[in-house]
Amino acid sequence: MSILVNKDTKVIVQGFTGKEGSFHAEQCIAYGTNIVGGVTPNKGGQEHLGKPVFNTVAQAVQATDATVSMIFVPPAFVGDAVMEAADAGIELAVIITEGAPVKDMMYAKMYATKKGMKTIGPNCPGIITAQECKIGIMPGNIFKKGNVGLISKSGTLTYEGANQVCNEGFGITTAVGIGGDPIIGLSYLQLLPMFEADEETEAIVMIGEIGGDLEIQAAKYIKENITKPVVAFIAGQTAPKGKRMGHAGAIVSGGAGTAKEKMEALEAAGVKVVVSPAEIGKAVKEVLSK
Amino acid sequence: MNIHEYQAKQIFAQYGVPTPKGIMAESVDDAVKAAEELGGPIWVVKAQIHAGGRGLGGGVKLAKSIDEVRTLADEILGMTLVTHQTGPEGKLVQKLYIEDGADIKDEFYLGIVLDRAKEMPVIMASTEGGMEIEKVAEETPEKIIKVAVDPTIGFQGFHGRELVFGLGITDKDEQRKFIKFASNLFQIYMDKDVELIEINPLIRTGAGDFLALDGKMGFDDSALGRHKDIEAMRDESEEDADEKEAAQYGLSYISLDGEIGCMVNGAGLAMGTMDTINYVGGTPANFLDVGGKATAETVAKGFEIILKNPKVKAIFVNIFGGIVRCDRIANGILEATKMVDVKVPVIVRLDGTNAPEAAEILKNAKIDNVIAATDLLDGATKSVEAAKGVK
Repeated sequence: MSILVNKDTKVIVQGFTGKEGSFHAEQCIAYGTNIVGGVTPNKGGQEHLGKPVFNTVAQAVQATDATVSMIFVPPAFVGDAVMEAADAGIELAVIITEGAPVKDMMYAKMYATKKGMKTIGPNCPGIITAQECKIGIMPGNIFKKGNVGLISKSGTLTYEGANQVCNEGFGITTAVGIGGDPIIGLSYLQLLPMFEADEETEAIVMIGEIGGDLEIQAAKYIKENITKPVVAFIAGQTAPKGKRMGHAGAIVSGGAGTAKEKMEALEAAGVKVVVSPAEIGKAVKEVLSK
Repeated sequence: MNIHEYQAKQIFAQYGVPTPKGIMAESVDDAVKAAEELGGPIWVVKAQIHAGGRGLGGGVKLAKSIDEVRTLADEILGMTLVTHQTGPEGKLVQKLYIEDGADIKDEFYLGIVLDRAKEMPVIMASTEGGMEIEKVAEETPEKIIKVAVDPTIGFQGFHGRELVFGLGITDKDEQRKFIKFASNLFQIYMDKDVELIEINPLIRTGAGDFLALDGKMGFDDSALGRHKDIEAMRDESEEDADEKEAAQYGLSYISLDGEIGCMVNGAGLAMGTMDTINYVGGTPANFLDVGGKATAETVAKGFEIILKNPKVKAIFVNIFGGIVRCDRIANGILEATKMVDVKVPVIVRLDGTNAPEAAEILKNAKIDNVIAATDLLDGATKSVEAAKGVK
């Protein structure tokens, strides 16, 4: 089992023929992801990486029955691309692109919600169900199949966490990079219940960072609803106030959104909180051997 | 990107948000000319820097004569202004704003930011104008009114009524003026991809008019491409030189107080690396994300920027290769040691895509001060130890 995506999931790529889109789509196909085509306006009818190219998402969905779209279009066109996917009946859009204007994502997410489409990202590594389906830019080889679900705002910390979990002899069911922008799609609050319901997932790793209060909301939810053990790391304990730490959303403003308050809330909810990401693997081992 | 008060007020004027009359000046003579043009009888001489708290720091002063304007302009222009937002090093004042004095009856606060939980803009207003809003939020949160506005319907009458009744504005004419003010300000927020607008104080005059006495604006950097007018307002002298230089090479850099330089791929891992250095008893000297397109040149540039900080005693290169292949980083490190004279120990941890090839490249290079680490904890520990050995 897994959450959201598996080996049967039919995936299209928006921004299919671009440099990034091509490179990563090829990697995904090599991993075993069922990529059934892609969309690039004015290139409809061509073939790329052995898959059909369409002018619009609607045409792609009609011809392939795809339910998921992986989005690589340039930042200024992300909002448009997400809304097009929602309009065409896509069920899940995985938005990899970094640097989309916040206002565009605000409108795009509202429209996606109205149309019943889930989104992941933007500015994220994507989603991977180990050894089945990779929709994103993560190095697939480090994700061994196993019993730990992973949710992370950071790309490289997703790899770091998964690698440690696998080095301890465990593995990953599904890992989701949710992105570090001010407005993101699926977050802890929506993903935690999915992992709770997933039979194969026995523990959950959540990696957060400074800024916003998604981790605080997650702590409340975990306390009341999650029975599986949760390990958490919050990046940015040493980050200065008022400075944007790389991710658009990673900023402590007016004293709110600090790592400390998030760590305390999670600890109070019974979560195993680690001070360094280097301790994630060990902590997973500890909670799983209880 | 942030802009100056005088620039924010130019935008306010375009949208019909009332402000006192004012003129920007870059010299004492220009300041005097501006004061003569405004006519008086009272002027305010205001330092233009990208930081709040200017008044308390001595950067905003009242003048009652042209002579006084000259004296104050001379005093403030060129001073290093220290406020709670500038840090102890302060900021050099290079521009002034000479403004008509206003008849202040009451002071309010009005701001618009993104409410990340609601995922829409929220207008914040308070009767406690002129004070630090963070302090008001902490001590008397009930004195801040928050009105979230769904951008698909825009600013409606009821949003305005929530604001005026919340602020206790009872005169109908004043209510109408305030609602118009807030509505126009909201339009600026939406049109210009604003990240934050703050007016503190927004004043009510004796005649019952509302004026923006201050104006602070920041913009979504990701949207600047479609706002050439805003981009043109960029004041590079207000930005950190090292951060700016780093950005030109696709690096995200923030200087900190510690001793161990960090070069990491990914913002989350970069913060996690700083946290781990702290965890094993060291202090990070910087945040540096080399991003997804690190080449030998950008890595070398990273070293150069890190080493500008004389406090740095060791550099920890921590790369988990996903998009960035480790062999490319390894080559970058070697190139960098040729391009930049790195005297401090460099601790290198490379993991992920092509890590074995990278380890081979580094080993074969045989460079004395390059120390290999096996994982994050090992790298952080070795960095802290290596830094202790450096005088």
